[in-house]
Amino acid sequence: MAEKSYQAGVKDYRKTYWTPDYVPLDTDLLAVFKIVAQAGVPREEAAAAVAAESSTGTWTTVWTDLLTDLDYYKGRAYRIEPVPGDNTAFYAFIAYPLDLFEEGSVVNVLTSLVGNVFGFKAVRSLRLEDLRFPLAYVKTCGGPPNGIQMERDRLNKYGRPLLGCTIKPKLGLSAKNYGRAVYECLRGGLDFTKDDENINSQPFMRWHHRFEFVMEAVRKAEEETGERKGHYLNCTAPTPEEMYKRAEFAKSLGAPIIMHDFLTAGFTANTGLANWCRENGMLLHIHRAMHAVLDRNPYHGIHFRVLTKCLRLSGGDHLHSGTVVGKLEGDREATLGWVDMMREPFIPENRTRGIFFDQDWGSMPGVMPVASGGIHVWHMPALTAIFGDDACFQFGGGTLGHPWGNAAGAHANRVALEACVEARNQGRPVEREGREILGEAAQHSPELKIAMETWKEIKFEFDTVDKLDVVNA
Amino acid sequence: MPDVQAYKTTERRGETFSYLPPMTPDRMRQQIAYLIAQGWNPAIEHTEPERSFSSFWYLWKLPFFGERSVEKILSELEACRRANPAHHVRLLGYDNYTQSQGTAFIVYRAGAR
Repeated sequence: MAEKSYQAGVKDYRKTYWTPDYVPLDTDLLAVFKIVAQAGVPREEAAAAVAAESSTGTWTTVWTDLLTDLDYYKGRAYRIEPVPGDNTAFYAFIAYPLDLFEEGSVVNVLTSLVGNVFGFKAVRSLRLEDLRFPLAYVKTCGGPPNGIQMERDRLNKYGRPLLGCTIKPKLGLSAKNYGRAVYECLRGGLDFTKDDENINSQPFMRWHHRFEFVMEAVRKAEEETGERKGHYLNCTAPTPEEMYKRAEFAKSLGAPIIMHDFLTAGFTANTGLANWCRENGMLLHIHRAMHAVLDRNPYHGIHFRVLTKCLRLSGGDHLHSGTVVGKLEGDREATLGWVDMMREPFIPENRTRGIFFDQDWGSMPGVMPVASGGIHVWHMPALTAIFGDDACFQFGGGTLGHPWGNAAGAHANRVALEACVEARNQGRPVEREGREILGEAAQHSPELKIAMETWKEIKFEFDTVDKLDVVNA
Repeated sequence: MPDVQAYKTTERRGETFSYLPPMTPDRMRQQIAYLIAQGWNPAIEHTEPERSFSSFWYLWKLPFFGERSVEKILSELEACRRANPAHHVRLLGYDNYTQSQGTAFIVYRAGAR
């Protein structure tokens, strides 16, 4: 406004960006950062600095600030909270006006919120813990190309989780040998097989060779079992042009599902591919290579629940979620928090699951969580209890490592899964009675019996590195 | 080389529960009770086995909206099977919240006793 005058120099961020009386609007994009400030920097100043640097601010006043209404466009730090059990860090809540972000662009949101600010000197460390996307923004994004219900209807699979398997060894197989491994898994009873994430198009197996042999395997398994099958054909590629070429070829072969790595390939590529899938009736499986680089350190980076929300907006029908029980990282409550974030239409604030904001997805379809990594038949009761029906369990070693081969391994997993689902529907406590349920099922399945003997002793009991912050009672 | 058991010629399957032994009336009752307890609407479909890959099987009568009796559903399944002895018969639960099916599984397989 006209009463403001220009004064060159540096002024405290908190004079402009710390607004503890501000009541966030329904249309604001809300963020909570975990901040460790540099020594001597007050918390309000550090929070305000983060709000400034992730929105309109720069390190000094400039005369062109006065040509716009910065009070309308600025991010506002409106609350700080202690981190329970940790006096070095605190949470800063920041509200950003809707007009700071291009519609339908997760790319633009992340460029602002986790851009330059992460290298900013006033903070020692910074982690984006959670985001609230206003419904007004959600409505501008395409989201999952199909969603869980469409996937079930397309594949005719109801009332149970889906079963998959990543083909191993992850590198080095020829296309025909790889197709053999796929065929054996699918004819044995799996719904899906999967390209490993680092299978793209290497000299030992070019992508089009793989696609052809794999689709022959899928069709043959479908004809023999009378069930619908799929293989996640990895279309992750060095360029978008190449990615679309692979997707088109998969479609021409009648593939029901393709795959993409959303973090290494980037959100621009991912959103484009999701749009292509929506227009071409293709399911999209999303892998998350590189996520641990961003989300594992409790004091730096981006929490996985934020990456989950970004992927749901960008688009994908499956997303790897962690297993809670297998070889990879995952605190149970935190995992359940982001599993809700994938599947549910509305997720209320729930600090015990690390969810800081209500999130309303409106009518946006849900994403199917994929539990993969170090799991085998003995984990089936826990997986069924933890995830419910709307999930895909992927047993790589737990299928291919069966002493009688892939088909027997797949069969064992399918019997175990169906036995757990039937028992759950009968009202039995599946996790507690897991041993009995599997034992009863194994009486009519020698494949399951020997799988149980093979993997009986394997346990994964390392402590989680990134635990939820202790919640105040 | 340890003893490896050859995996049999692939059998025709029918999605959920088709890797377990054929349903008995008692096991069927428990699954019907679960379906009803979820608030889903029971429905029965049947088809010639060779056409089972289609999304659309013949619908038996209409979905049994609001039906709470397990025995009533069981008797309808039996009636459908008697009228179509050469067909697969499946039970499904329409979930009108998701506009999808909460569950679906084959109850009688054609050719089975």
